[in-house]
Amino acid sequence: MSSDIRFTDFKSDKQPTWCPGCGDFGTMNGMMKALAETGNDPDNTFVVAGIGCSGKIGTYMHSYALHGVHGRALPVGTGVKMARPDIEVMVAGGDGDGYSIGAGHFVHAVRRNVDMTYVVMDNRIYGLTKGQASPTSREDFETSTSPEGPKQPPVNPHALALASGATFIAQSFSSDALRHQEIIQKAVEHDGFGFVNVYSPCVTFNDVDTYDYFRDSLVDLKETDHDPSDKQAAKEVIFDDDTEHQGIIYQDEESVPYHERHGVDEDMSVIPDGAPEGATDLVREFY
Amino acid sequence: MPADFNWAVGGEAGDGIDSTGKIFAQALSRAGRHVFTSKDFASRIRGGYTAYKVRTSVDKVQSVVDRLDVLIALTPRTIEENLEELHEGSVIIYDGERTTMQDVEIPEGMIGIDVPLKRLAEEAGGAIMRNVVALGAACEVAEFPIENLDSALEKRFSDKGQKLVDNNKEAARAGRSYVADEYDHEFDYDLETTDEDYVLLNGDEAIGMGAIAAGCRFYAGYPITPATDVMTYLTGRIERYGGHVVQAEDELSAINMALGAARGGARSMTATSGPGIDLMTETFGLIATSETPLVICNVMRSGPSTGMPTKQEQGDLNQMLYGGHGEVPRFVLAPTTIAECFWKTVEAFNLAEKYQLPVYLTADLSMAVTEQTFTPDTFDMDEVEVDRGNVVDETTIDDHMSESGGFQPHEITDDGISPRAFPGTADGAHMSTGLEHDEQGRRTEDTEMRVDQVDKRNRKVETARDREDWSPREFGDADADTLVISWGSNEGALAEAVEFLADDGLDVRVLSVPYIFPRPDLTEDVEAAENVVVVECNEQGQFADLVEHDVLERVDRVNKYNGVRFKADELADDIKATLAEGVEA
Repeated sequence: MSSDIRFTDFKSDKQPTWCPGCGDFGTMNGMMKALAETGNDPDNTFVVAGIGCSGKIGTYMHSYALHGVHGRALPVGTGVKMARPDIEVMVAGGDGDGYSIGAGHFVHAVRRNVDMTYVVMDNRIYGLTKGQASPTSREDFETSTSPEGPKQPPVNPHALALASGATFIAQSFSSDALRHQEIIQKAVEHDGFGFVNVYSPCVTFNDVDTYDYFRDSLVDLKETDHDPSDKQAAKEVIFDDDTEHQGIIYQDEESVPYHERHGVDEDMSVIPDGAPEGATDLVREFY
Repeated sequence: MPADFNWAVGGEAGDGIDSTGKIFAQALSRAGRHVFTSKDFASRIRGGYTAYKVRTSVDKVQSVVDRLDVLIALTPRTIEENLEELHEGSVIIYDGERTTMQDVEIPEGMIGIDVPLKRLAEEAGGAIMRNVVALGAACEVAEFPIENLDSALEKRFSDKGQKLVDNNKEAARAGRSYVADEYDHEFDYDLETTDEDYVLLNGDEAIGMGAIAAGCRFYAGYPITPATDVMTYLTGRIERYGGHVVQAEDELSAINMALGAARGGARSMTATSGPGIDLMTETFGLIATSETPLVICNVMRSGPSTGMPTKQEQGDLNQMLYGGHGEVPRFVLAPTTIAECFWKTVEAFNLAEKYQLPVYLTADLSMAVTEQTFTPDTFDMDEVEVDRGNVVDETTIDDHMSESGGFQPHEITDDGISPRAFPGTADGAHMSTGLEHDEQGRRTEDTEMRVDQVDKRNRKVETARDREDWSPREFGDADADTLVISWGSNEGALAEAVEFLADDGLDVRVLSVPYIFPRPDLTEDVEAAENVVVVECNEQGQFADLVEHDVLERVDRVNKYNGVRFKADELADDIKATLAEGVEA
């Protein structure tokens, strides 16, 4: 079945309401192509989305999906994957969803190393609420709620991931379509938690982190001598404040995903019509 | 009234009070005696005062009473804390060689038994066994055959080696012999044994066992007193039945993980207490409106805020009934006994899946920390039935497609119940969302679809009212003028209170209600009684409010929920129409 799956099969019949030119179009296309390329189809894929412009992605894609509450997409994805190791799980959200209201979950989802993909559509702004500072906004970025800039450093999501024990850390740019798709694909194929921060520009409320800015400044790690399996080298890239990078920043080739560490490998949706076999043993324990 | 015996061991947190008490309770249970335990404890790891109390009889015991016959006191405070429960002739076992106990004064009329617990324990192999020496002393005082204690010690220590078991048995005998040799006193107790087989478990364990029996495969939780025992019970056990437990980073995460697993098609559950429910309420509306079956267990404790975290209260009733913004149906079940904690858990999973909504399963601290004896067939696994509701597969999904070919997980149906397709089901791919949605789960703000979906969700409740049995449990005198109504864990105390009242010449009829929503209509019962008393462990009488609400005469209602405000002319028409209906009726 999956052999004749095309990426357009992952498209729903709802037209996106994103602003024309929004980076999220490119981000989503790359996700759909990566899913199709890795042999998945809508009926064995579960997409979890948060709240915000990025959260609408579940509506525009066709698959099993949950559009949840703000910031909690990762726990939902974790639950789906534990119950259904046979299902491909992709979680998507924005920088507010992932690094502000959901930051606590990000740290622990990374630690758990559940075999799923996490795509953060990072536009360094709150778009849907019409332009407030986000956790990745620059220190001097002026917004309606920060007239002189937030005056606090932006979160470094890659550093947060590395410090939390990440096994896969990557950065892509929604407009660099092929490269973006390739990076998402690597994350899907990774044996564990595949984390990709995607620069996904907001054309309406962010006039600083624009397409032109990223096009001009991004250095592709593929074109450097960066070795993604080298944690120290990854650290150098992550704390290089003068350069914007894209590519696979870190990948632990020895990654052992959660389900292997914990022996969680059953399809939990299948249960008997009555108490499971051997349930009476539980009563005997109380003698 | 059962001819009961009341025993306790008390000391500081860290003194091993809990395991000592548990060993004695187990010994009694294994001797064919009924047991009902309770705990006094504080939110601290060391120090303070903590006690484990056991009430036992050859007849069923289902409550604590204000009486203590034998007390093992490891600290002077243990005696002070229990002065009201101790009575003339009560026995206090203590170690007069312990520095803090040297000057202890045994209250007048009581019998102090000074046993060198630590010294005798050291002679038997280690000071750590001093509590077991005390248990041996208690066996002598209560004339309880020490072989029963051996059996409990074997259960407790067998995995640590025969030597340790033997040492403990020897320690117990040292305590028994010391009392026999040093105290030439006739105690009035005679704890007879029977051939009955009993199991001994607490409410949290019953809930955990019920979950496994019901096919629950996924549990996510965050530790909180008094719900933690549900998680510790499941850990290491649910895996044997193909399940998994995750300790989440917080309750927000726990409920969302449980939600994710449920969307994956697993029977899924979380358990917490009031402060955790506060956090989980964020996700509650999403669970309900996405029509996801989920069991949320609330083991209540004393609130508000951090309140008295190790004390009893039934204060979260309104929170469970009304918590969360907007209006969404939910069921609330409140098992009334520890045995019912098991059966109502099974029922909660069936109700959640049949009606595709969140089910609150509420117990409370008193049930969580109480162990009670039951005959094993109380938990007959052959009686467990699993009903997964309307789940479609590849062969049946075709009947539930839209004209454009999309699966309809929120199909508008007469009974309000729509089909469910688990991930992996061919052609079943669909969106679930907290947004208002159409039959396919796609977001909508269409005023008609909004009303259709709200009505559909509420219709599930009406369907459940018709199809399920929501009856209360009844006991006492069916013809009595006085009706006593209770919900949740008070049933045991009430059952014994009825006997006290009967002794005083007052006959009462008792309705013990395990269903808070939907709940039985008690109008006729209330109106038939001369006096009605509602018993609950809270200050405001939250269930009493519900009973009063249910028997009130109805007002007429004008409601609008399509997302548009009232318009003056339309409102005038609505009011006229409502009044006209009222006149016709």
